[in-house]
Amino acid sequence: MSAEQSNIVLDITGVNKSFGGLQALSDINLQIEEGKTHAIIGPNGAGKSTLLNTCIGLLKADSGRIDFEGNDLTKGYLPHDINQMGISRVFQTPQIFPDLSILQNVMIPAFARRDGSFKMNIFKALRDEKEIAEEALHFLEDLGMVDGHSDRAGSLSRGNKRRLELAMCLIQHPKLLLLDEPTAGMARHDTNQTIELLMKIKERGMTKVIIEHDMHVVFSLADKISVLAQGAIIAEGHPDEIKGHPKVREAYLGSAEV
Amino acid sequence: MKTIELSTPKRDLIILVVFSIIVLIAPLWGSLIGAGYPDLLQRFAIFGLFAVGYNILFGLTGYLSFGHAAFLGVGSYVTVWSFKLLTMNALPAIAFSVVFSGLFALVIGFICLRRTGIYFSILTLAFAQMSYNLAYSVLTPITQGETGLFVLNDDPRVIDGALGIVSAENPLASLFGITLDGYEGFYFCAVILILGFWLSLKIFRSPFGMKLVAIKTNQTRMEYTGFNHRPYLLAAFVISGMYAGLAGGLLAVVDPIAGAERMQWTASGEVVLMTILGGLGTMFGPIIGAVTIKYMENIFSGINDTLLASWFEFLPESITNLIVTIVSPFVGSGWHLTLGLMFMMIMIFLPGGMLEGAQKINAKIFNKNKPEQLEKDGVA
Amino acid sequence: MLGAFVAVSVEKVLTIGNKVRDESVTFFEAYKEVPYLEIWFGDTGAAIIDWSVPLSILVAIPFMLAVGIAMERGLIKHFYKREHADQILVTFGLAIVIGEIIKANFGANAIPQGAPDIVAGSANVGSLIGLDGIVYPWWRMIYLAFSLTIIGGVFAFLHMTTFGMVVRAGMHDREMVGLLGINIEKRFTIVFGLAAVVAGIAGVMYTPILPPDYNMGMEFLVLSFVVVVVGGMGSLGGAVAAGFLLGILQSFASLTAIKALLPGIDQVILYLVAVAILLFRPRGLLGKD
Repeated sequence: MSAEQSNIVLDITGVNKSFGGLQALSDINLQIEEGKTHAIIGPNGAGKSTLLNTCIGLLKADSGRIDFEGNDLTKGYLPHDINQMGISRVFQTPQIFPDLSILQNVMIPAFARRDGSFKMNIFKALRDEKEIAEEALHFLEDLGMVDGHSDRAGSLSRGNKRRLELAMCLIQHPKLLLLDEPTAGMARHDTNQTIELLMKIKERGMTKVIIEHDMHVVFSLADKISVLAQGAIIAEGHPDEIKGHPKVREAYLGSAEV
Repeated sequence: MKTIELSTPKRDLIILVVFSIIVLIAPLWGSLIGAGYPDLLQRFAIFGLFAVGYNILFGLTGYLSFGHAAFLGVGSYVTVWSFKLLTMNALPAIAFSVVFSGLFALVIGFICLRRTGIYFSILTLAFAQMSYNLAYSVLTPITQGETGLFVLNDDPRVIDGALGIVSAENPLASLFGITLDGYEGFYFCAVILILGFWLSLKIFRSPFGMKLVAIKTNQTRMEYTGFNHRPYLLAAFVISGMYAGLAGGLLAVVDPIAGAERMQWTASGEVVLMTILGGLGTMFGPIIGAVTIKYMENIFSGINDTLLASWFEFLPESITNLIVTIVSPFVGSGWHLTLGLMFMMIMIFLPGGMLEGAQKINAKIFNKNKPEQLEKDGVA
Repeated sequence: MLGAFVAVSVEKVLTIGNKVRDESVTFFEAYKEVPYLEIWFGDTGAAIIDWSVPLSILVAIPFMLAVGIAMERGLIKHFYKREHADQILVTFGLAIVIGEIIKANFGANAIPQGAPDIVAGSANVGSLIGLDGIVYPWWRMIYLAFSLTIIGGVFAFLHMTTFGMVVRAGMHDREMVGLLGINIEKRFTIVFGLAAVVAGIAGVMYTPILPPDYNMGMEFLVLSFVVVVVGGMGSLGGAVAAGFLLGILQSFASLTAIKALLPGIDQVILYLVAVAILLFRPRGLLGKD
């Protein structure tokens, strides 16, 4: 054990998952180190979403372990339990609460963090929850969204919804942030904005797992890359190592733009 | 769709006070529109309460229950049994009805919430129907089935006996000596309505209320943000069930009988209509809807062909007859038809109910709403 | 006794008929009033004519088709984009309105309608299997055969024709199918109309067994949903199986001996089963999602 070795936040060992006759994941071994941004890439159908869903409790792995904070996530925890353990997730299409105001959107995750998965707080009015409101404002400020915080969140542009979603995740001080194709379907401008945002978060030392297609995003942000193809990890290492990797090129059939 | 406003305590207090005043002087404005007599006013208050509670479930979470009539029935039966076994005092009676209907709602809610959407709705309907059937046939020792449950002169009434209180023939509910019929009955219901309204105001303004709206808006996000949606939905269901039970109890207070017909699905449908007609998810909508429906029911049911004919007497007979033929299916016993049509009209043209209509008229007249403003209000 | 078995399972098959339709298109409460709309039609046909019930079917088909299509085009189409609750509610209102219209026209009491004389009696079924003396009404057997045919037909339609395939795809992802250039609207309308026809015919045929009254649609609706909940959503086989299972359970519970042990069990047995399924196997017996 060298002094350099960082904490493993998420430890995936020997995970297999098949659907009927299709082996979606074969013997996946992956370690996510604390504070690092770990990208998982691979061509379509490689099993990225399956892997993500196994970690988040949506799918049950056939075998193997996924260790997080002393819990084995393959045991079939519900999404809210997994969140309470410390994993926050960003969706492909930004998932926010369109009918609530922007401020309220950020207050809700704060409540979850403070009160747990269920609490009937009826008698203290929302407006009296000053601490949470302030904290929410603080995070909004950080992400440049303080103006118009009482606007309806549904009226935001997609890029801003993404920003809001990130604020909602960050306010929970997650131990692990999962990003599921965060720039999917985005125009170049929005993508760059998102990269900037994620850089900012990275500077704070947040552990991130990011599943992505867009190579530009991956190479700008990732500390480590794992390449998934047909359910197995075919390459893993620093971005430089991956760039010229023959197996990776093969997997993508030359469709990668670097 | 309305967003939850972060309002001020002062504004809420004003709302509460104004509301209380309007309710307490109801006999006055009621008489102006021919609704000043106690029986109708009681119904305003009781169904207003029912609708307020129902709104907490349907308005905030969006879950449509067709089974709340069952809780109404349970509340009534429990109250009458309290009158029979313990005392004619209304307070223990309605306390029990709240408790029992809450428990009942807990069981039914737990089962039905295993499903969402229309399956949830039909399941609530199914269990309400089951309860109705049981009340009608199997549980007759408790419910007296078709005859209905009455308070009798020679009922045990243990507490009253111990306190030496003797009831008159055909006993009526009382509150520490004050007989609760007529206007006294109304005021009892009115006070409870005000309390119920206050509680719903609290819920709307609370984090709990906001979370319910969040669940309606994006349940997935709630789950992934660490909230378990099940207990929240169940809580909302039980709370609304307790309101329904309380309303049922009050119905038995002002008229100490309980019958199985109260548990029929039509009563459930009625409360849905009241809530939507007034304005789903708003503070006042349900009450406005309840008052409107009960008022119209009163008027429409009372109109029959002869009355119709007498209104249009001044026209030539053939035209009078024509008018009567056209209008009569919609009045008298045809009231339900009118109700159904009204319901459809509202759903098609004005799903936000009367309050949305008022808002639109307001906007047109004062023309003060610029596009950004509209978005802020969540109207656009 | 044995007869009771088959009797009620037949009843359940009717609900499957309704249910299949419910499940296969989008679910609308409107279906509940369709059966009794139909039955009334059977009545007006003519009590004079002995064969009025089966004849009514001929009239019923175009009538119900028209009603179904009118309902879909005129009303329901506009609600696809609205939330589920809105859809349920508007058809709920429609159901009340139609129910009231029927009540106004035909009165609030049930109107009995008999089966054609030639099949009005019972057949000595028992003799076929060596147990003499077990009789069973002809009409119910005809009904059973009839229902099975219809169910088979529906199944074939949905799973073996291109039309059916497109509709099923549209149920999963309406937008996508539209983007593929297929006029999904027209197809939904047609299916809705067909569904109305099936429900209607089922209703007509059922008249001799249960005198129609304006409330009956509601009961069938609830029953149908209970069947689907037990059988599992998205599974036709499950619905059929659940229908039979529940039917048998129901008639079993109606036996006097059982009733003596557990009074009132026949009323609630269905719901109890539904509760059990919901608690312990929410997917239903054969459910997929």
